[in-house]
Amino acid sequence: MNVPDDRRYTNDHEWARADDAGRVRVGITDYAQDALGDVVFVQLPEVGATVAAGGSLGEVESTKSVSDIYAPISGVVAEINAELVDAPQRLNDDPYGDGWICVIEAADAAALDGLLDAAAYSALIAD
Amino acid sequence: MSGPAGGRATSIPLMGRDEEPTVFELSSTGRRAWSFRTTGVPEWPEDELVPAGHRRDEPVPLAEVSERDLVAHFTRLSHRQYSVDLGAYPLGSCTMKYNPKLCDDVAAMAGLANVHPAAPVATIQGWLELLVELGESLCAITGMHSATLQPPAGAAGELTGLLLMRAWHRDHGEDATRRRVIIPDSAHGTNPASVTLGGYEVTTVPSDDRGCVDVAALRERLDTDVAGIMLTNPNTLGLFEEDILEIARSVHEVGGLLYYDGANLNAILGVTRPGDMGFDIVHMNLHKTFAVPHGGGGPGAGPVAVSERLARYLPGPCPVRLADGTFGWHAPDRSIGRVHSWHGNALALARAASYIVANGGDGLQQVSEVAVLNANWLRHRLRGVYDVPFDRPNMHEVVFSATNLKKARGLRAVDVAKRLLEEGFHAPTVYFPLIVDEALMVEPTETESPETVAALADAMERIAQDSADAAHDAPRTTPVGRVDEARAARQLIPTFDARRSGGAD
Repeated sequence: MNVPDDRRYTNDHEWARADDAGRVRVGITDYAQDALGDVVFVQLPEVGATVAAGGSLGEVESTKSVSDIYAPISGVVAEINAELVDAPQRLNDDPYGDGWICVIEAADAAALDGLLDAAAYSALIAD
Repeated sequence: MSGPAGGRATSIPLMGRDEEPTVFELSSTGRRAWSFRTTGVPEWPEDELVPAGHRRDEPVPLAEVSERDLVAHFTRLSHRQYSVDLGAYPLGSCTMKYNPKLCDDVAAMAGLANVHPAAPVATIQGWLELLVELGESLCAITGMHSATLQPPAGAAGELTGLLLMRAWHRDHGEDATRRRVIIPDSAHGTNPASVTLGGYEVTTVPSDDRGCVDVAALRERLDTDVAGIMLTNPNTLGLFEEDILEIARSVHEVGGLLYYDGANLNAILGVTRPGDMGFDIVHMNLHKTFAVPHGGGGPGAGPVAVSERLARYLPGPCPVRLADGTFGWHAPDRSIGRVHSWHGNALALARAASYIVANGGDGLQQVSEVAVLNANWLRHRLRGVYDVPFDRPNMHEVVFSATNLKKARGLRAVDVAKRLLEEGFHAPTVYFPLIVDEALMVEPTETESPETVAALADAMERIAQDSADAAHDAPRTTPVGRVDEARAARQLIPTFDARRSGGAD
C-alpha cells in the first residue's frame, strides 16, 4: 500500500500536506480508497466553510458503503476539487494527486505536526 | 447429508442464457395488443377535444406489440426472476423468509379485502377485532403495553418511535435540552437516518471486541442531553447484547428512553422480550418476522409498541376493545397524530395476524429456535473456510468475512456472492455490518430444511476452494452476467428513452 512520506496522516485515513503559504491540501489515503472500493459519489465541503479538526468535511460513497471524510486540521475551506463531482473515480485512480478533496486555509498549520507521519500511518494499516 | 440438494433454484439453466430484449425492441409499427372493432362511441374530431397548443407535435414512442408477444415477454422476464418461492434466500438482516400461502389466502378473503377503510364501525367489527387482537399479540410477544399498527415499514416505525420519544421529552419540558440519540456503530443505516429525520443528533457508540455495545464507552456518552438510545438485539452481527439490563439501567438513569429496532425480532420469539429487557419503544417488521411478503417496495408493516407511560402519545385512531364487548376507534389524548393514511397497510396486518394465530405461542418459539439453530449450524460448518470475526454462539444470523480468501487469493465478498448465484442460491448480504471487512451476512431462517442449509454450506465451501478467476467472472450462467455497479452508480440513467436506444420507430 502506497504511503508517501511527504505528508501527514490521520487515524481516519485522510492525508494532509501543507504548502509554503500554510495552506493544507487534503485527501483520503490509498488504503482508504482500496477499502472503500469503487467510489461513485463525493460530497464536497463548500468554499468558505469553517471546519474543525476531526469534524465532518464531506462524504464519500462507494458501491459498498458511505463514509464521512473528517477534517485533519482546523481552518477555512479555500478550494475544492470540483472535478470529483463528475469523476469520482479519481479518488480510486490517484488518491494522493488528482483525487485531492480540498484545500484548507489552516488556522495553525503547525498543528499538522501532531498527526501521524508516514511510518506511523504505515504501522497503523499494517495489520 | 444425502439426497437432492433442497432449496436450490435448479431450474436456472432452463431459463436460458439470453438477455430478454426490452418491450421496445420487440415493437413493430402499427401492431396492436387489442383493437375494438365496434365500440358504439361516435368519433369526435381531435381539434375539438384538445386545443392545438396542447397537442403533441409527434406521437409518444410507445412499444407496439401483439398481446401474445407481450404476455410471452413478461412471462420470460418473470422466469428470470429469483424469489423466495423459488429457492433459498440467505439475505442477512432482511429475514427474507418463505411466506406461508395460508396467509395469502387470509389476506385475499373478500370480507377483508373488499372493505373500505371509511366503512361504518358497526359494519367492520370483524376487521377491528382482528386489528385489536393483532395489537394485543404483538404486545404479548414484545412485553409492551399498547401498539399502533399504522407505520407502513420498519423505517416508518423508527421515525414514529423517535416522534414518540420527542413527545415524551416535550411533555417533560426537555425537548430543547435532550438533543442526542445514541446508536451503536453496528446499527442498521436506517437508524441514523431516522434520528436525523426526527430532529436529533447522532452519537455513535463503538462495539467492543466481542461485537457488542462497549458499555464503558456508552457511559462516557451518557448525559442529561441524551434523548435515548436505539438498539437492535440481537444486533446486526447476529449477537445477543448480553449487557442489555446494564445498558437499560444506565440510559434510564440519565432520563433517556430505549428504542428497540425489531429487525431481528425473529431470533427471540417466545424466548425473551424487549419489554423485559427495559425497552420503552419497540418497532416490529411484520414483513420480516411475521410472514408478509418482503422486498420490491412493499407494502410492509412496521407497528410500534410502547410501555404504559408512552401509550398516550401513540398515533391515532387506534382500534380498541370497548366496555360493551364491541370494537371501535380511539385517539390517545396526547397523540402525535397519524403516521399513515387510514389504518396502515391493513392486508399486510391480516397476513401477520393469521401467521401468529396459525403458529400459536409455542409455534412462534419454535420458529426462533430453528432459525437460531440453522444459523449456528452454518457457523460451525463454515468456520475455517471463511473467517468468523466473532466466533461465539450467534442468534438468527451469522457474519462471515472473506478477508482470509482476499489475502490468500484475491477472492472478495462480492465474488463469493456472485458465484452463489451460479450455484442456484440468492446472494447473502455483503459489506454489512460496516465494522466487518469483506462481510458476508448469512441468515438461513427457520423455513430452510437441513438439506437446504447443508447445500448452501456445500456451495459456499466449493466457492472458497474454487479458482479466483472463475469467481471474478461470476455469475456466468445467468441471463445477465457481472454488471459494472460503479459505472451504473456514477452514470445513473433511471429512465428508458426509446428514441435514444433506437428501439421504437
